[in-house]
Amino acid sequence: MDLAELQEIGEKQRTDRPSIRVRCCTAAGCLSSKSDAIKKSLDTAVKEAGLEKEVEVCSVGCMKFCGRGPLVEVDPVGKIYEMVTPENAPSIISAIKGGKATAIELDRNHPFFTRQKPIVLENIGKIDPEQIEEYIGVGGYQQLYQVINDLPPAEVIEEITKSGLRGRGGAGYPTGLKWATVAKMPPGQKYVVCNADEGDPGAFMDRAVLESDPHRVLEGMAIAGYAIGASEGFIYVRAEYPLAIERLETAIKQAKKYGILGSQIFESTFDFKINIRIGAGAFVCGEETALISSIEGGRGNPRPRPPYPAQEGLWGCPTLINNVETFANIAAILREGAEWYASIGTEKSKGTKVFALTGKVNNNGLIEVPMGITLREIVEEMGGGIPGGEVKAVQTGGPSGGCIPASLLDTTVDYESLARVGSMMGSGGMVVMDGATSMVEVARFYMEFCRGETCGKCVPCRAGTVQMYHTLTKLLKGEATETDLERLKAMCDMVKNTSLCGLGQSAPNPVISTLRYFPEEYLSLLKKESLNGKVAVSS
Amino acid sequence: MSVKTLKIDGVEIAIEEGATILQAAREAGVHIPTLCHLDGVSDVGACRLCLVEIEGNNRLLPACVTEVIEGMVITANNPRLKEYRRMIVEMLFSEGNHVCAVCVANGNCQLQDLAIELGMDHSRFPYRFPERDVDLSHEQFAIDHNRCVLCTRCVRVCDEIEGAHVWDVGFRGAAAKVITGLNQPWGEVDACTSCGKCVDACPTGAIFRKGATVAEMDRDRNKLQFLVTAREKKEWTR
Repeated sequence: MDLAELQEIGEKQRTDRPSIRVRCCTAAGCLSSKSDAIKKSLDTAVKEAGLEKEVEVCSVGCMKFCGRGPLVEVDPVGKIYEMVTPENAPSIISAIKGGKATAIELDRNHPFFTRQKPIVLENIGKIDPEQIEEYIGVGGYQQLYQVINDLPPAEVIEEITKSGLRGRGGAGYPTGLKWATVAKMPPGQKYVVCNADEGDPGAFMDRAVLESDPHRVLEGMAIAGYAIGASEGFIYVRAEYPLAIERLETAIKQAKKYGILGSQIFESTFDFKINIRIGAGAFVCGEETALISSIEGGRGNPRPRPPYPAQEGLWGCPTLINNVETFANIAAILREGAEWYASIGTEKSKGTKVFALTGKVNNNGLIEVPMGITLREIVEEMGGGIPGGEVKAVQTGGPSGGCIPASLLDTTVDYESLARVGSMMGSGGMVVMDGATSMVEVARFYMEFCRGETCGKCVPCRAGTVQMYHTLTKLLKGEATETDLERLKAMCDMVKNTSLCGLGQSAPNPVISTLRYFPEEYLSLLKKESLNGKVAVSS
Repeated sequence: MSVKTLKIDGVEIAIEEGATILQAAREAGVHIPTLCHLDGVSDVGACRLCLVEIEGNNRLLPACVTEVIEGMVITANNPRLKEYRRMIVEMLFSEGNHVCAVCVANGNCQLQDLAIELGMDHSRFPYRFPERDVDLSHEQFAIDHNRCVLCTRCVRVCDEIEGAHVWDVGFRGAAAKVITGLNQPWGEVDACTSCGKCVDACPTGAIFRKGATVAEMDRDRNKLQFLVTAREKKEWTR
């Protein structure tokens, strides 16, 4: 297949379909609210109205405003309905011909939509993730074709480097540098790994991308494979994401059929096959060395680095590991150019970041915002603030991140600023908390999570998280003394500095950040007689 | 082969390329405490006792798996590292059920030695008193999980030296434990060659030879009677 043929498939897809499309969200969130029944009801209504030639009902991925799901969008009318039920689905169809829909219409000009800058999410909610033709229809796989035919690997890497893209798994390592490192390793067997082991409480960005636009990730991985000289890739996805796994499998099958994946891609000499590996759902497997061990069939234990996976990864071969969102950025960067991408965001953090905005906030769902936006803009404008109250804190970065107090809401969203206030970008969970939230409870929640998820290999993480959890429980029961609080701080320091991998090294962060910004909440929980003259402050 | 020169706790040392900081320290006569390290098997960097400070690097690195670099300046012992090490040992003591007085390894235990070395006279962390089992199903050996510190030396020695891979780690977090076979009773694992290498590798009294414990002492009261009869009645058979 050549470019003309690829474009022809896309063109056919665009022209052969009915002019009006009713899109129904069938990502995991809306599906759990029975959006499959809504789709059926819409289909029946179209048939009954005899509109099959003009109206097409199609399943698409996430439409972002998850808090108001299930969502149905009518295109090109431009109407989007919230909390649709199978009962009011027929009225949506009749509204196309001038009737009145019983479902509530969402305001498209709401800041939740208008402040977004979709790059990773550009196709999400617009195309059917189970049809490769739809992805091709929006220009998909053209970048893969072009790099294979026109761009030497070194230039692909240069383009990614120039774009300033940094790892979207949260740590922010420069993607171009990572690619260049693996590419420079001696030729031979190399691997590309996509880390889809998203496990942070409150995060669902990667799942949404995989469920809604799987081909995008496949294209990014294949381009990476071409750039670093790998012929095989693995997607490590957690078993808790059955729909994502199913759609990935479908996507791989379809791509193979068209000769876009597998051997001699686009009739070139480049081979690239992608395998899916299903993780049993251990948070530690997000850690790259543990993930590698898990793919190899071993226990998901991390090992000390160096050697880094770029030198010795899967089965001892050089391995490139990137997050889902990182791969999802690749095709867009190559299509629009590195300068375009680098023009978005801040000086050191380029491009956009996808967040799963959740918690005590009016509008929750999936957002993609340019780096440099402030937390206040996200929470108050896009999120619409807190139902009947004020923001107390925003938690970013999951168990590895921290709680940012309301006073610091003007902090900009970029790797450095978030780290400066004691949190981190993380993979993109953003949990908003209101005045009723006990920050010590929050700290304990994350500690409980880490305590259950540590692999148990190294002592500080295995035993330290348990002891910290105990101390926090003691505090919440009002049984802790000042000595316990001092010991808690000492444990934070010790676990952070001595643990083997990122899980343990960052596990104390929620405690450290809440101790830093909400010390009075900890003090007020101490046993009164232990306060040594200090007055307990009631929260 | 090239040689690297470096400084550990002020002692200058030259050592071949590829050596670890731990090897260099030992050669330089600088003591670094370890628990999961065992000469002859691979290192895993799990106990975190051998963490050292390296000038110009704000991360602590495990001496057992970190290779030497030319000109490295290493601090292997200072109050901060000592405090971390003590906390680690305290956490180990409060994590399991380590009662030295009734342990087969009393006086010959690396955990006990570490506690003494690091000045740990008591644990500042509350004891967790976990419910752990004892597996006596093997004919010659036994494992008391109450005394296991999860150093995984048994796992590595069985896999890398004996080649049997009877041992492994099962479960995670606080529930993690060394297991035999697919978490079968040790005595039922056909792969076990009864070589006893795991017994020799264990730093504590967790894996031991049967018959070595206080409770297993077998007194033969009839022997006295036999001797009396033998002398008096000249009956020398039992």
